[in-house]
Amino acid sequence: MNDSVATEQRPARTKPVRRVGDIVFGGASLGSAVLILLTLVGVAVFLVIKAMPALTADPAEISGGKGFFSYVWPLVFGTVVCSLIAMVLATPVAVGIALFVSHYSPRRLGAGIGFVIDLLAAVPSVVFGMWGMAVFAPKLFPLYGWLEDNLGFIPLFGEASASGRTILTASIVLAVMILPIITSVSREVFLQTPRLHEEAALALGATRWEMIRTAVLPFGMPGVVGGTMLGLGRALGETMAVAIILSPNVFTWNFIGSGNQTIPAEIALHFPEASGLRLAELIAAGLVLFVITLAVNLFARWIVDRRAEFSGAN
Amino acid sequence: MSIQTDPHQGDIHHARLDDYSGVVPSPVRPTTGRPAQLLGLGALALAVVGWQIFDLHLGAALAGAFVLYLVAVYLVYRSLGGPRVAVDQLMRALVYFAFVCAVLPLISLLWTVLAEGAAKIVSPAFLTQTMNGVTGLHDQAYVEGTGPFIGGAYHAIIGTLIVTGLATLISVPIGMFTAIYLVEYGNKGRLARWIRFFVDVMTGIPSIVAGLFAFALFSQIFGIRDAKMGLAGAVALAVLMIPTVVRNSEEMLRIVPNELREAALALGVPKWRTVVKVVLPTAASGLASGITLAIARVIGETAPLLVAIGYARGLNWNAFENAMTTLAVYAYSMFTKPLSPAVREPSLERAWAAALMLVLIVVALNLLARLIAKMFAPKTGR
Repeated sequence: MNDSVATEQRPARTKPVRRVGDIVFGGASLGSAVLILLTLVGVAVFLVIKAMPALTADPAEISGGKGFFSYVWPLVFGTVVCSLIAMVLATPVAVGIALFVSHYSPRRLGAGIGFVIDLLAAVPSVVFGMWGMAVFAPKLFPLYGWLEDNLGFIPLFGEASASGRTILTASIVLAVMILPIITSVSREVFLQTPRLHEEAALALGATRWEMIRTAVLPFGMPGVVGGTMLGLGRALGETMAVAIILSPNVFTWNFIGSGNQTIPAEIALHFPEASGLRLAELIAAGLVLFVITLAVNLFARWIVDRRAEFSGAN
Repeated sequence: MSIQTDPHQGDIHHARLDDYSGVVPSPVRPTTGRPAQLLGLGALALAVVGWQIFDLHLGAALAGAFVLYLVAVYLVYRSLGGPRVAVDQLMRALVYFAFVCAVLPLISLLWTVLAEGAAKIVSPAFLTQTMNGVTGLHDQAYVEGTGPFIGGAYHAIIGTLIVTGLATLISVPIGMFTAIYLVEYGNKGRLARWIRFFVDVMTGIPSIVAGLFAFALFSQIFGIRDAKMGLAGAVALAVLMIPTVVRNSEEMLRIVPNELREAALALGVPKWRTVVKVVLPTAASGLASGITLAIARVIGETAPLLVAIGYARGLNWNAFENAMTTLAVYAYSMFTKPLSPAVREPSLERAWAAALMLVLIVVALNLLARLIAKMFAPKTGR
């Protein structure tokens, strides 16, 4: 068929021949790519459809009886606080590990550490949750007792929970869980530091730390910020660890006692038994979570991408 | 690099430039790290003394010793090499400390899972039985020694295989074709850039939101009563898996040398056959290892499955009807809702055994991915 076309119209030979295989294959590729866009739109659309009843319902019918907003804000607050604490705890440690791998450890050890960090990222969150509740939370109780006795005048350290199942415990476990992502992003950018900058610093007589402070950190800072935001996004959506560790209750400023709750944990705990309006409520809470993480991730990507443009690497 | 020198020259200036990557030629440096090591040993001994003899809490003893160590390192190196060296050594200690911070929880976690789960993971009852008909009374009898241990995770193992398998079946073609589009067709176009961006955004979707999406989608199609089925869970997992597959595959396709494509196209091979016969086989090992990692990432997911599939006590082979159970959900439900609230031990043992199995699977998949990438890597000039 192609032959006949080609022999009858000579000028047409310069045009690329369109084969069935190419059309099918190219179509499948384009289709899959577009399907991904549709999925993302679908996530938003279906969540909105299913959340509508809760958003439009009579405020008295929502849990708590004061409308969706007053139901969801303590959850949003719990989620954000828990993730922020995790981020604050994890970032210095992650940067330290990244520096350890990129500038302190012997090169062969670095690969092994990379594997350990990957392993940390691969452990399922439910296992982290079980470990956090069974092993880690009881270990923290003495610390909480000490905080209550000595720093009790700060509202954050009120009455300590005897089980250690508090929002601070959940935050610390989350911090361990988001370590790998911050570490890997930071390590990438630290390794990209122009070799000549480092050598110049050292040649001027800088100690290793001074070299890191003057050459590596300024260069890697946008990457660290981006990685931190990605870690924050991960922490915001993390469900099982919080659901298992935290013994939830109403909102409180006391971070070492039981209380507070996060959106994902609230959904995981109540969804299996929910029906009707309660179901819509939980889905609406999920929609709020989706919007928050979307915003954080867009911001993180924007920072990381902006950095990629002027890095001069590659 | 440009100041590379010949190490065989005896010139003293060259000898100094030689070690630029490691040691800092500075007039204030001490010659050795020995003081830091000695101080470290001393601090460790101090911690042990505080813990054993003065009966301090182990954590408190270690924390106190570490703080003392930092102070001592600073003071000693300040007197030996000046403040700059002291700060350098202080930061070195903190960086090493950060590393220990990450490794300690990992070791503790792996040890816990191993110690608590090893007992039941080899038990035939755990591997071959479901929870169908098992009640708290059976657990009570087992603890009192009047009955055998019954009730296991067979259904959860099967459920994990089915749901993860389906998720892989959905996400691998979509992910691969998208990667092919990004590399071979779209390349630098506007659509490709948008897709790349949204794939990145998709990476950040919280897993529970993916579960809610699958539930919302299936309850829209099948009605709210029949929405919970294995396929819904597979769709939720696929939403989480696709971005990983796309990014990994894209990276792998991109490193296939352009000369190979050009050679095939120059011989008159159609584009799609070039992709299928030349590009994909060249990248095969990388693609396979990327997919393995993506599977490892979702196989331990709990939250989306809890929402989209629910929890079943018995075996269910049918992914298109009724609830199913996967290992992660099984571990969660055994851990948080023991069969008998009075006698929690057997349920907890089941939960830990399931957790151990999950960890083993994940570690095995990670190792497998590395192995594939290493063993079947295309032989390049590098």
